[in-house]
Amino acid sequence: MKGWMGRFRALFLLSGLTLLLSGCGKPYLSALQPKGEGSEMLFNLMLLSIGIMIFVFLVVIIIYTYVVLKFRQKKGQEDYIPKQTEGSHLLETVWTVIPIILLLILAVPTVQYTFALSDTTPDEEVEDDALWIEVTAQQYWWHFNYKDLNIQTSQELYIPTDQRVYLELTSLDVIHSFWIPTISGKMDTNPIENKNQMWIHAYEEDVYWGKCAELCGPSHSLMDFKVVAVSPGEFEQWVEDMQNVNPDAEPETVAAQEGRELFQENSCAACHAVGSSPVAVGPNLTSFGDRTTVAGVLEYDKESIVNWLMDPEKYKPGNQMTKKYPELDEEEAEKIADYLMSLKPSDIGPDDAEDGDYIKAQKDEDNNDENTSENNNEENTEDQQ
Amino acid sequence: MSTHAAEKRSFGAVLWDYLTTVDHKKIAVLYLIGGGFFFVLGGLEAMLIRIQLISPDNEFISAQFYNEVMTMHGTTMIFLAAMPLLFALMNAVVPLQIGARDVAFPFINALGFWLFAFGGILLNLSWFLGGAPDAGWTAYAPLSILSPHHGIDFYAVGLQISGFGTLMAGINFLVTIINMRAPGMTYMRMPLFTWTTFVASVLILFAFPPLTVGLFEMIFDRLFGANFFKPEMGGNVIIWEHLFWIFGHPEVYILVLPAFGIFSEIIPTFSKKRLFGYSSMVFATVLIAFLGFMVWAHHMFTVGLGPIANSIFAVATMAIAVPTGIKIFNWLLTMWGGNIRITTPMLYALGFIPSFTVGGMTGVMLAAAAADLQYHDSYFVVAHFHYVIVGGVVLGVLAGLTYWWPRMFGTMLDEKLGKWTFWIFFIGFHLTFFIQHFLGLMGMPRRYWKFLPNQGLDLGNLISTIGAVLMAVGAVMFVWNIIKTTVKGEKVSHDPWDGRTLEWAVPSPTPEYNFKQTPLVRGLDPLWVEKMEGNGKMIPAEPLGDIHMPNSSFLPFMMSLGLFIAGIGVIYQVDHKAWWIVAAIGFIITFGTMFLRSIKDDLGYHIHKEDLEDEGAGVK
Repeated sequence: MKGWMGRFRALFLLSGLTLLLSGCGKPYLSALQPKGEGSEMLFNLMLLSIGIMIFVFLVVIIIYTYVVLKFRQKKGQEDYIPKQTEGSHLLETVWTVIPIILLLILAVPTVQYTFALSDTTPDEEVEDDALWIEVTAQQYWWHFNYKDLNIQTSQELYIPTDQRVYLELTSLDVIHSFWIPTISGKMDTNPIENKNQMWIHAYEEDVYWGKCAELCGPSHSLMDFKVVAVSPGEFEQWVEDMQNVNPDAEPETVAAQEGRELFQENSCAACHAVGSSPVAVGPNLTSFGDRTTVAGVLEYDKESIVNWLMDPEKYKPGNQMTKKYPELDEEEAEKIADYLMSLKPSDIGPDDAEDGDYIKAQKDEDNNDENTSENNNEENTEDQQ
Repeated sequence: MSTHAAEKRSFGAVLWDYLTTVDHKKIAVLYLIGGGFFFVLGGLEAMLIRIQLISPDNEFISAQFYNEVMTMHGTTMIFLAAMPLLFALMNAVVPLQIGARDVAFPFINALGFWLFAFGGILLNLSWFLGGAPDAGWTAYAPLSILSPHHGIDFYAVGLQISGFGTLMAGINFLVTIINMRAPGMTYMRMPLFTWTTFVASVLILFAFPPLTVGLFEMIFDRLFGANFFKPEMGGNVIIWEHLFWIFGHPEVYILVLPAFGIFSEIIPTFSKKRLFGYSSMVFATVLIAFLGFMVWAHHMFTVGLGPIANSIFAVATMAIAVPTGIKIFNWLLTMWGGNIRITTPMLYALGFIPSFTVGGMTGVMLAAAAADLQYHDSYFVVAHFHYVIVGGVVLGVLAGLTYWWPRMFGTMLDEKLGKWTFWIFFIGFHLTFFIQHFLGLMGMPRRYWKFLPNQGLDLGNLISTIGAVLMAVGAVMFVWNIIKTTVKGEKVSHDPWDGRTLEWAVPSPTPEYNFKQTPLVRGLDPLWVEKMEGNGKMIPAEPLGDIHMPNSSFLPFMMSLGLFIAGIGVIYQVDHKAWWIVAAIGFIITFGTMFLRSIKDDLGYHIHKEDLEDEGAGVK
């Protein structure tokens, strides 16, 4: 699949267009700085289409400039009447045939990639191990159900960087659209029936920003989520930790313990689950302590959590949490915040995605034991990237 | 002579004249006023959007209000500004271009306008009655179905009413162009603006019924408990998307083809050359329209239709680039070897060519279904369709208004001010929208109330807002030019641009009957043919005779008013059954006037030969 498109991209690197475009935006958000298999394919396709289009544009502009400069009325020629040309079969054939050829050049990889990206059948060898995650969108948050692993999270999607992750997307209210620009293209989440499937594959560890791309209500622009892409070993660790969560564990500090009681008393628990639980009215809070943001958009600190608890409407207009619980005073909110921030069931968090430590998966480790250290060296160079 | 009398008439008499007119030239003025008003309104909404997005995390307007503003900006600009402004030009020009005395159905023409006007007013009343529609101009279900206030009801009912008007206008132009061409005006001698009006009317005829069906289903869902788009009741939300885009994509061509037509008139006139490749231009127009019906699902590449459907629609969409490219090159070759006068209309045409080329190019990029997974619903798409609609349609309307202003009003818009207007608007336009291509790819989805700091989106949005301010200045200058020219009232000759087509062959101001004697058309660009033969004016195809004219009528206004009242009643009957009385009154007015129209023979009147001869002494 990569073959000639890859060469084409190399050609573009020379021309500097790739460099120019990849300077655009933030590395965790921009589709122009692909960090995943899907987004890289799409970026190549974009470059090809931009290349063809720039060629066409230049042809138009050269003729245009020539015509406007050359044939502009000159002084004293106001009455000059030019030859009334009817047309030219040759020229008209030329500018019909050439565009058709250019479009065919674009159409072939377009169709190839369209099929490749929508192919959600895992390779046979990994079929049983394929990671399937059910994505459920609601106003204005995301729920992730790791189907065979008995893990459920909200707002932050942990994935390993060594494989394709398969997603099944749906919505519980209106249409949303799941988009992680740096890793893959978007896919709509349709309500109830019409479930969609897609795959994502991040090449590099990082925390990537995800967005809702289909108008879904007042806080459409605030329906962000994060993708925490970690190395396979770290992912395994995370899975293990998450599977062994004890939702009833007593928090360490007194404030957090009181916060936990307040959490129960103020009917927070009616909507928010702690521990693996099917999609509920509100986001799952199991690993809230490891979140990178509060409510998807606010900076992660105690102050933000308190502000959010006191008046969510101010930060996400139209959200489903406002007025669903008794009013809290600041002290109560702070205690609840302490409790929430203490929910860190896993040693693996966003920091592990950002620190660049590459830890191999257990099964790969086993295989590697038989190999020489050459392979390990290769892995190490990869780590440094 | 008659205008002199008109100036002395009281305001009330003029008002009554316009309320009851069935004359295509006056209906053109009405469309211009209506469309112009909504254009300004839509522009103000655009400014609110851009001010909100001037800086990250801005709280200038609330999220709910932003959604209403954004929805109304799109809806207003497409349905209530762009289309009526094009209808204004079509009404002003097409009957003249084909040598007709009026459109085929003058009464229907007036009815079409009043339906549009009342539909537009109804839609905008929602601002004052609890909130405007807030689900985007596409009103995707179930967001639109779940919207708690009446905004979406106003959207559905308002568009339904104005949609009837559009459908009537389309049918009217079809019949006019098929039946009322002057002797010798064969199809392949029709000016390109007439051709594009004809093709756009065909598109209206086939594209509006799906919208009508969709809107009715939405009205039934929201007001009468139906379940077309309610998934939990077995409905399907994707059906709305299909219905909307089966209408929505041809709608783009309904807007842009007439703009192509306008430029195809302006470029030959100011190059002093006939249009290069006329027959391929006609062929390309028809082909674009034909293909335009087979590509709607390219708006739905992320819906999950599957790779086969996506691939087919991708390739079909790319195919449209071919006829569009043919047009661009034909325009360039029309200018090649010409004697180009850079007047204001020509300046717009020259600005249009590169702008629209960019819009077309991004269109092909979007057509690549896989890559669209990145572009879709991002600011890239916003940039693309504004390049098409502003770079094509708005520049086309401004060019057309400047070009045909002397025909419509007998005065000439200030050329110097016009050129300044062009440059400011043009620079503002590119400043606003070019950067948005990049904003989209940098990860900014469309319809975002706010963007957050540290996402690398600040500078691009600021530039975009500055550009929008320049566009607003340009628009204000255009309006100022109109006011200035009107106050000055300096009359110009009937053919100030050295025109090529029939509309420049009638005296100015245009007599109510257009052509005293139907002209004989002897070739493409009939007036130019006569000029080259040294006649300078058209040869009549018939002896001078009595002219049959339609009577003015107040009934179109009443029919539309009835539907307007009925619409309000239908919207509010969910709150209280008593509103059915209002709805009933409205329907009685509408059907009553229809009944009246049916039983009353209105035979019109005749302008007699002798009067025409008298008048001929005064005017050329």
